[in-house]
Amino acid sequence: MSESLVKLTINGQLIEAPIGLNLIEAAKLIGVEIPHFCYHPDLCIAGNCRMCVVEVATLRTGPTGTPILEWNPKLTIACNTTVVEGMEVLTHTPRIIEARRGVMEFLLINHPLDCPICDQAGECRLQELAMDYGRAESRFVEEKERKPKRTLLGPKIMLDDERCILCSRCIRFMRDVAGQDCLGFMGRGSRSTLTCYPGREPSTNYDLNIVDLCPVGALTSVDFRFKQRVWFLKQTRSLCPHCSTGCNIVIGSRENTVCRLTPRDNEAVNQRWMCDEGRLNYRFINDPTRLVEPLSRMNENVQSLSWDEATRQIAERLTALRDGGEGRIAFIGSAGATTEELFLFRQLAGVLGVTLMDVVPHTGSADARLLQSDRNPNTAGALVTGVAAIPPGSRLLEIAQGIQDGRIRALVVLNEDIIPAGIGADLLGKLELLISVSRLPSAVTEAAHYLLPGATFAEKSGTFINRAGRIQRMNPAVASPGNARPEWRILAGLLAELGQPQEESLESIYRAMAQVLAPVWGVTWDAIGSQGVQLHVD
Amino acid sequence: MIVERPKLTIWDRLYMPQILKGMWITLKHIPMKRFTRQYPEETPPLPKRYRGVPTLVRDPEQRVKCVACQLCEFVCPPRAITVIPGFRAETGPDAKVEKEPSDFIIDMARCIYCGLCEEACPEEAIFLKKDYAMASYTREQMKLHKEKLLELGGIHEDRICKWKKK
Amino acid sequence: MWTDPAILEWIFILVKIIVIFGLVLSIVPYTVLAERRICAWIQDRVGPNRVGFQGLLQPIADALKLMLKEDMLSNHVHKVVFTLAPALVFMPSLMVLAVIPWGSAIGPMTCVLSDMNAGMLFALAVASFSVYGIALAGWASNSKYPFLGGMRSAAQMISYEVCLGLSLVPLFMQTGSLNLSAIVEYQTQHGWLMLYHPVACFIFITSLFAECNRTPFDLPEAEQELVSGYNIEYSSLKFGLFFLGEYANMLVASALVTTLFLGGWSLPFAPFNAPATVIWVGLAHVGIFVAKVCAMLFLFIWVRWTVPRFRYDQLMALGWKVFFPLALVNIVVVAVIMACRANL
Repeated sequence: MSESLVKLTINGQLIEAPIGLNLIEAAKLIGVEIPHFCYHPDLCIAGNCRMCVVEVATLRTGPTGTPILEWNPKLTIACNTTVVEGMEVLTHTPRIIEARRGVMEFLLINHPLDCPICDQAGECRLQELAMDYGRAESRFVEEKERKPKRTLLGPKIMLDDERCILCSRCIRFMRDVAGQDCLGFMGRGSRSTLTCYPGREPSTNYDLNIVDLCPVGALTSVDFRFKQRVWFLKQTRSLCPHCSTGCNIVIGSRENTVCRLTPRDNEAVNQRWMCDEGRLNYRFINDPTRLVEPLSRMNENVQSLSWDEATRQIAERLTALRDGGEGRIAFIGSAGATTEELFLFRQLAGVLGVTLMDVVPHTGSADARLLQSDRNPNTAGALVTGVAAIPPGSRLLEIAQGIQDGRIRALVVLNEDIIPAGIGADLLGKLELLISVSRLPSAVTEAAHYLLPGATFAEKSGTFINRAGRIQRMNPAVASPGNARPEWRILAGLLAELGQPQEESLESIYRAMAQVLAPVWGVTWDAIGSQGVQLHVD
Repeated sequence: MIVERPKLTIWDRLYMPQILKGMWITLKHIPMKRFTRQYPEETPPLPKRYRGVPTLVRDPEQRVKCVACQLCEFVCPPRAITVIPGFRAETGPDAKVEKEPSDFIIDMARCIYCGLCEEACPEEAIFLKKDYAMASYTREQMKLHKEKLLELGGIHEDRICKWKKK
Repeated sequence: MWTDPAILEWIFILVKIIVIFGLVLSIVPYTVLAERRICAWIQDRVGPNRVGFQGLLQPIADALKLMLKEDMLSNHVHKVVFTLAPALVFMPSLMVLAVIPWGSAIGPMTCVLSDMNAGMLFALAVASFSVYGIALAGWASNSKYPFLGGMRSAAQMISYEVCLGLSLVPLFMQTGSLNLSAIVEYQTQHGWLMLYHPVACFIFITSLFAECNRTPFDLPEAEQELVSGYNIEYSSLKFGLFFLGEYANMLVASALVTTLFLGGWSLPFAPFNAPATVIWVGLAHVGIFVAKVCAMLFLFIWVRWTVPRFRYDQLMALGWKVFFPLALVNIVVVAVIMACRANL
């Protein structure tokens, strides 16, 4: 690899950078930030904002054959200049700062400065750089250019052309990444306007990424519009549970309400993108109908229980069934649960002598980018822990048959609506004992004899193993409503009641799991970190 | 530092002359002017920059000036302010403002009258008025909502009508 | 039957008891009001002026408030003594009033409840009883500040009682009587005793300040050091009794000063310088007496809001090293003068 490194000096500091790296990224290596608007590491270079100008000197062979350093007479844009051996770069000379101040002044000429009503305020590059390179007072006395405001670009995105600084990031993303070349500039000079081709509104599953990409508030999300100011949002690193890709996300929440999900960098998984389906899949967390209390239902008599009482009663009844004969209990797990929960679920099955268990597969249409047809985020985890049959879902029919025969008398369901999976309400009615861990009411929870309220992905920590076998961590952003609690605590409680006390924290449960489960051997909790660890699973 | 105790004369040590002198002074004060202000009847003269109840104002065109930017909520040290942002009617005369608070709650039981909200407001929509007697019987009543705040605030005579030009 | 002098005597006694108690129990709360308002005036404030006209109903409001307060009885107090103490403070002052002539005569009724010959002795004996209540209160409360207050009170009162008694000896030498009515009558003929015995008068009044726990001798209840001393643990009506007792003491002290030094019910001119023969003069005598008492009360209040508190050692030094010898010397001087005059 050493041949592909070049030595160069940035602000007098000698660094080594791989060939092909541009100066913005090279400066980042030593912690120097070169301001930019149009440059984005995952998009092609446009070089139109002129904010990233730097002074560059390169080595030339002098008249006597010795190399001499020759300074480029003009300022050079850093985004489109790659590192060269012996290069010298200055990023913050007075000349450069003056140039950037000029760029900022031009950008702000037609900017409406309506930060008070702009959703981008607080995470706006224009705002931030105006602090560094902006003038305190405007010299512009003419009328500002009027452009269309509040234009809908498809159902998901709101465009405000006055705020647009024409960086073209959105155009490049839609064309190159999302694959729908629908946006472009119209007009000239200060009348240049971002528009979309008539009749071709952005309609891919990745449109909302241009909202993140937009360095200003020109493109805002209709879903998040005016909902909350970004500086109030608590940022929690988590994972998208929408499909088996396991996109890394940040949960933005305020006062126990999840306000939005945004993608988080992970080159190995989702770069900086996520699909709109996953991004908008958070409303169930804030659903007012969320289950909040453990309930028991005996002959239409619904009674709320304390966790201790519920755990005790369930353990008692399951033990009685176990001791009554083999094969009377079946488990249906969820490939949406965390690996730790599935590990505990499998352990519970072992304690109760349950051999018949499976998960419910969820599928949908896949696309060529991030979205997978397997919509369970942790199918790999379910396979690794042994909760899922191979292939997942193949034993569901057996379970249905068992209930039909009357062989299976009890069913434990972890966060799944099993009625579409072939175990209908008539079958559920035959069961002597139906225990459902669930977050939202469904036909299953209506039929359950014991109903245990669980927690959503935003309310707990745990790991998912994605389809590529990468184990990744998520963190709790909000508290569960009412008495609901994470499934791992429910399962640990049941196990403790059945004589198998568990560790107190999720981290120690993971540690226990990592000692037992072959694929995660040697992978520590800390090693998973925010970026995850690639496991060797088949 | 060592302070020498003064040598007292017999006259001093008798105390009585000084006590009588003191009694004469206190006696003189009996008919003097009282400094007490009889509060509910006599209200205190408020200084020009007195900071009383924070209120929301309308501009001369009866438009709610607040655009729910929530900077006041952010800056409020005792977290007395809660803004619930909402949309302006898309057909109304102030449609171009786009955003307004659907509710704006100031908990007067929490407010410390620091005036930071007024200072932070980019729209000059929140002003501290001179009213100071904001007592209520319940904590719920101490929470002033948008309607009440606008009523207290009244109309602010703007010099810069920012949104007119938008 | 009504004219039977024995029955009439009983009726008169009953009337006098009612009048004295009624008067005292109504004057005392108003003394509190007067104290609060005068204190306010001295400090350029207004004082309580909201309840009733000029705050005249304030004492009633205060009394109601005290009555409605929760009567707390801590676990650590000595219950019986603790309950008894406030009464023991209040009672002696009322008992002293029995021997004080608060007028000459209204018609056939003499204006003194009990015209006993050893009246002054009785008064001194009973008055010294009130220290008992305070000391008991301090002790029964079973906590440190009340205890300190009680002890201070006991030491202070006993010290000053000596001066109190000694300062009066010249008076008795001159008037030749311990009967308070006789002393007043002596004054109607010879002029106020204050003029004969200014030193005795000064020692007596000052010692009374100490006896009443009034500033500058209010060490038993010094707010700043003892957070109100012996009555900390008390609340509600029990506290109210202490409060009343303090002011009743003040009233009795004023009445004593008036009787002994200020000519009692008399004024130095006719028709007020002889026992009344007609009813209106009799009533006027009562009025004069009350007016003099009020003036004394004003003095009490005035001094309180002027003079700061003594230190405890100063208090003791003043009592034992100044007033005690001074009173003794005074007796000797008066005795010498009297002897000289008798022999000349």
